[in-house]
Amino acid sequence: MSIFIDSDTKLVVQGITGRDGSFHTKQMIEYGTNVVAGVTPGKGGRVFEDKVPVYNTVAQAVAETGANTAVIYVPALFAADAVYEAVDAGVSLVVCISEGIPVLDMTKALPYANEHGARLIGPNCPGVISPGKSKVGIVPGQICLEGKVGVVSRSGTLTYEIIHQLTKSKLGQSTCIGIGGDPIIGTDFIDCLSAFEADPGTRAIVMIGEIGGTAEQEAAEFVSQNVSKPVVGFIAGQTAPPGRRMGHAGAIISGSSGTATEKMQALQDAGIGVMKRPVEVVDLLNECM
Amino acid sequence: MNLHEYQARVLLKRSGIPVPDGDVATSPDEVEEIAKRLGGGVVVKAQVHVGGRGKAGGVKLAKDATEARQHAEKILGMQIKGLTVEKVLVVPLSDISSESYVGVIVDRASECPVVMVSPAGGVDIEEVAAKTPEKIFKQSVDPKFGLLSHQAMGLAFNLYDDVKLVRQAATIMRQLYDAFIAVGGSLAEINPLITTPDGKVVAIDAKVVVDDNELERRPDIAELRDTSSEAASEVEAREAGLSYIQLDGSVGCCVNGAGLAMATMDLVKYYGGDPANFLDIGGSSSPEKVVTALKIITSDSNVKAILFNIFGGITRCDDVANGIVTAAGQIKIGIPIVIRLTGTNEEVAVEILKGAGFEALTDMDEAVKEAVKLAQEAA
Repeated sequence: MSIFIDSDTKLVVQGITGRDGSFHTKQMIEYGTNVVAGVTPGKGGRVFEDKVPVYNTVAQAVAETGANTAVIYVPALFAADAVYEAVDAGVSLVVCISEGIPVLDMTKALPYANEHGARLIGPNCPGVISPGKSKVGIVPGQICLEGKVGVVSRSGTLTYEIIHQLTKSKLGQSTCIGIGGDPIIGTDFIDCLSAFEADPGTRAIVMIGEIGGTAEQEAAEFVSQNVSKPVVGFIAGQTAPPGRRMGHAGAIISGSSGTATEKMQALQDAGIGVMKRPVEVVDLLNECM
Repeated sequence: MNLHEYQARVLLKRSGIPVPDGDVATSPDEVEEIAKRLGGGVVVKAQVHVGGRGKAGGVKLAKDATEARQHAEKILGMQIKGLTVEKVLVVPLSDISSESYVGVIVDRASECPVVMVSPAGGVDIEEVAAKTPEKIFKQSVDPKFGLLSHQAMGLAFNLYDDVKLVRQAATIMRQLYDAFIAVGGSLAEINPLITTPDGKVVAIDAKVVVDDNELERRPDIAELRDTSSEAASEVEAREAGLSYIQLDGSVGCCVNGAGLAMATMDLVKYYGGDPANFLDIGGSSSPEKVVTALKIITSDSNVKAILFNIFGGITRCDDVANGIVTAAGQIKIGIPIVIRLTGTNEEVAVEILKGAGFEALTDMDEAVKEAVKLAQEAA
């Protein structure tokens, strides 16, 4: 089992002919994802890699192919529009990989998705992979292994590092979700924790947070009340100075809040095993599983 | 991107917010001239991107143009927290009856813009929030409609009893909100917002921070960037598409991805070292980016060892390896490099590095330990 995506996922790729879109579409197809359509305005009628029909609009793509999930690889300043278009076309899941979207754009696009009943993952995220079933986004498939651990994270390559440890130790993953490093994101820790709790294929959960905001603290509170499965956590940015944005738009310590120490304490208080180094994930999981 | 106070004032004025006269100057002559034109007492304020300018001696009152000139001679060129003052703002002294705070931010928790006000203005608002949270009032704003008139009035009644002042402040709040949206802000604040003895509400000091992601579609705002107020290495990094923040340790870090970069710095600390920087070379890294990254890291004389930590996904390990080899040919690195690579095209990368006499590790902990050890030996 898995969450959010599986063998029934029928994917439409927005920005399929772009540099990132085409590269990752090939990778997704190779991994076994059912990519049913692509969209690039003005390139409708073409066929991508002799396999995937390209449409001018997402609405056309959905009408013709029955796509139920959209992934967005368009440039940042067009990404919010791409979210609106996917939502209007009626897909139930929109995964936005694009990075560098103005935060004010998200203050409108996210409520739009919510009000229309679509789940948004991202933006500025690596997407979702359910090993052995489907991948939507950019997580390298070869580092994953079908297994029992659910992974949810605010970052990209740090997530790969943790996935790599889980794969080396043969624990594997049920689903891995990168929720994104921006201040305003769709699906959050709590959404993923609650889906993992309900998923019979997930036996334990790893959550990877970082400095900035209070999402990890709220997630910890949620875990203590609502999650029966073992959870282990990691927080990046213990050495980050206050007031400086550490790459991700969301990774900034403002005043005294959003520090790694504060977050690690919140996790610990909620009974979550906190790792000091990524490599400790396996031992911690083995202790509590 | 932070705007200077004098730039923020222009944006506020353009939105209709009352701000005192005044002008920016780069020389004592100009300061004297502006002060003469304004007449009477003035304030000379250093324009640098740091808090606590006043305490550092960067803000001075002058009774006339001659004294303003004397202050300017001291303030221009002075160092405040490592930044040289190149510009000062000269404004008339205001008669102040009360000081409040008004600010707009995007609130992560409520996922929308929030307007915040406090009757305790003129001081550090974070301190007010920490010590007397009951003195902070907030209003979430639906971006589809903007700050509504009654919402602004409701906020303003927390500042004043006199409805004439309340109406002026409410108008200013709505204008500030509109200015915030118009520039693509992540913060716009007036501190203090004052009342004068003759019943006027005036914005005395303003701070505007623009979301970096907005700059591409707002070239007029982007050109307000003052690169002289940032570390040269950070400017160079940004122009090369790298995300770099200088710290004061001795282990130079070069990593792909912000989360992994932070985790790498943390691991350096865990093993007893100190990171010299945060550096994210981003996804799809070309060899050129790696060369620039190495130049920036080696230009910091505190750096005693360099640590590469690359988890190849979109980033190809062979690109990074080629960058390291190219850089080693172009610049004299002169300090040890520890390289950890794993993921996409790892084998090719290891061959490239071996051919140039570099060793590559695959384990993150091992690499960090080695880099810390080498940095400590060289110190």
